[in-house]
Amino acid sequence: MNERGRVGMICLIVAESSLFAVFVVAYLFYIGKSLNGPYPKDVLELPIFNTVCLLSSSITIAVALRALRTGAARRSGVWLLVTIVLGAVFLAGTAREWYRLIVGHGLTIGTNLFGTTFYSLVGLHASHVIVGLAILSLLCVFAFSGTLRKHPERAEIASWYWHFVDGVWIVVFTVVYLVGR
Amino acid sequence: MSVLSDTMASRRGAGAHRPLLAVLHEWVVTVDHKRLGIMYVVSGLVFLVVAGLEASAIRLQLAWSGLHIVPPGTFNQLFTMHGTTMVFLVGIPIVFGFGNYLVPLMIGARDLAFPRLNAFGFWIFLFGGLLLHFSFLGGEGLYGGGAAPAIGWFAYAPLTERAFTPGNATDYWNLALLVAGVGTVATAVNMITTILTMRGPGMTLGRMPVFVWEIATISWLTLIILPPLTAAQIMLLLDRFLGAHFFDTQAGASAVMWQHFFWFFGHPEVYILMLPGFGFASEIIPVFSRKVLFGYATLVAASAGIGLVGMSTWAHHMFVVGMGSTLNAAFAASTMLVAVPTGVKIFNWLGTMYGGKIRFGTPMLFCCAFLFQFLCAGLTGIMLAVAPFNWQLTDSYFVVAHFHFVLIGALVFTIFGAIYYWFPKVTGRMLSERLGRWHFWLFVIGFNITFLTMHVPGMLGMPRRIYTYPADRSWEIWNLVVTLGLPLQMVGILIFVINIVISLRRGAPAGDDPWDAWTLEWATTSPPPAYNFDVVPVVSSRRPLWDLKHPDDPDGPHE
Repeated sequence: MNERGRVGMICLIVAESSLFAVFVVAYLFYIGKSLNGPYPKDVLELPIFNTVCLLSSSITIAVALRALRTGAARRSGVWLLVTIVLGAVFLAGTAREWYRLIVGHGLTIGTNLFGTTFYSLVGLHASHVIVGLAILSLLCVFAFSGTLRKHPERAEIASWYWHFVDGVWIVVFTVVYLVGR
Repeated sequence: MSVLSDTMASRRGAGAHRPLLAVLHEWVVTVDHKRLGIMYVVSGLVFLVVAGLEASAIRLQLAWSGLHIVPPGTFNQLFTMHGTTMVFLVGIPIVFGFGNYLVPLMIGARDLAFPRLNAFGFWIFLFGGLLLHFSFLGGEGLYGGGAAPAIGWFAYAPLTERAFTPGNATDYWNLALLVAGVGTVATAVNMITTILTMRGPGMTLGRMPVFVWEIATISWLTLIILPPLTAAQIMLLLDRFLGAHFFDTQAGASAVMWQHFFWFFGHPEVYILMLPGFGFASEIIPVFSRKVLFGYATLVAASAGIGLVGMSTWAHHMFVVGMGSTLNAAFAASTMLVAVPTGVKIFNWLGTMYGGKIRFGTPMLFCCAFLFQFLCAGLTGIMLAVAPFNWQLTDSYFVVAHFHFVLIGALVFTIFGAIYYWFPKVTGRMLSERLGRWHFWLFVIGFNITFLTMHVPGMLGMPRRIYTYPADRSWEIWNLVVTLGLPLQMVGILIFVINIVISLRRGAPAGDDPWDAWTLEWATTSPPPAYNFDVVPVVSSRRPLWDLKHPDDPDGPHE
């Protein structure tokens, strides 16, 4: 079963990467092509705290897996909980950023090409974070109920998805906040 | 053997006594790869008839200049629905349906790796198809912008933007294909996982039947090229419903971005459809030539090569949009490069037939016609890869003739061959050879009258997608001939359907292995039990059944 799960998850990640690649290409291609403001350099701020939270959640889930493999399901559950909190903080940060952009600067998906590509790329990633959080929550419940201890490999496969979501954020961060600003 | 037919008879008898609703319920809730495969192929064939009727209306309208058989708006809807249905609801489900049915049997597995995901993939595909066709009824929507979509099967943005196609017809196209695409990706994940992790004892990668290799190839290709279409469709949804500007040229967006995204999917899509066709031919031709497939390794490598190079050829659909000579030259070169591995395959099949003891059963007849017609399709493909030639004939009936030679002359012919070949395994009964021959000859003659002739009006400059044409272009006689091929093909299809219906009831019992074939699916009963194999045979060569039948002369030492 775990071999199947591994291959299936790798296939899913390949397909998802291809999906993200197109949005990234669209973002890169439309940099500087907006006909009217607001422009990225005027309104975007580097989400450093957010990024630190999300990237460190990759570490906490690895710690949770290590605990699970040694049989410490409860400790693993605690670390999963920390991972969930970090992911939720990231989402809250994105929400705050969007609120500031929409209400403060009047930038919506229909304002210009920057708004169109920004909200769709960051939004696509955020929707994956939400799916990831749902998966992590299930894992957390199973960790505390003890059923996860018998199947550490399933938790590992799920963690690959979370690492993928983190990896995509590195690309999104680079493209949107470093290259595009 | 008698025990076997007894159990088969009792199985049939039990089926006959159950109420219809119970049988239906069983099919709806099934997660069995064989049943899902059958449902894929049958729904694909139903959509084939629907799209064929749409094509018939198109051909009647174009049979002579100045006709008014259908209104102009309806004509646009007809060619849009014809193309969309044929590619997404006929080609994909039939090739993946065969993959569903055959891959586990060919590699000695109990089922696919994720049976429930498989059922999900089928049903979401089917509902996607039904959603698209519901647009005939419900497309008026609240905005009153017309019924079925009329945007062409590749739906170029910005034509598909709200400003140019109001109403909901375009949204039906968009959502239906988005949904069906999710099902296709799910199936591709399933196929790769099954092939990598569930092969039976001794079934190494190098011993897999070529068809399984082709399914593996199109599955990884699907994972890479289908999500970009999904992404572009999400962008179009955002444009149409949230006022985004991905394809809005007035907001500074590119007018060719959709074309790039679409064709990055759309061109490799042709290979996704065609490679399983090569797989069918590679299974049928050796069995009917009584010889080992010539050059197994080169054939498999050629498939991988087609998949890889095929991903870098998409913009040959866009030579006339003004990409500049550097890009034009690059895409022309890569397109011509694809012809090399494709040519390798032709020699594989010819080499298999050479010196063989050929039996011209119906499956083999279809494969022979496939060889000729596919060669013709490949040659016009190389002509169209030459950018200046392409500038002259792009969007003409020459292009239409070219891709119908690929998709009918090659793909549909191999699909018919495959149905004649595997029908006995699926149903336990043979299709009638006599009706099969009628089907073949009517179809091959009708097809060539229609599509060989269609190259000529294209050369004479007749553009595709025109509602009608003036009388002074000398296009009438060619169009009339093109249309006259149609009744022959329709009668051929009718005979095919009659053959299926009659053979299901009264066909000769097939036995386990009617063709004296060599791959694993013929080692089990026809139809196979739900669990596929009582004992999975241990495989020690590419022709496990040959080894079983000829223990004194196994294949292994010769490979």
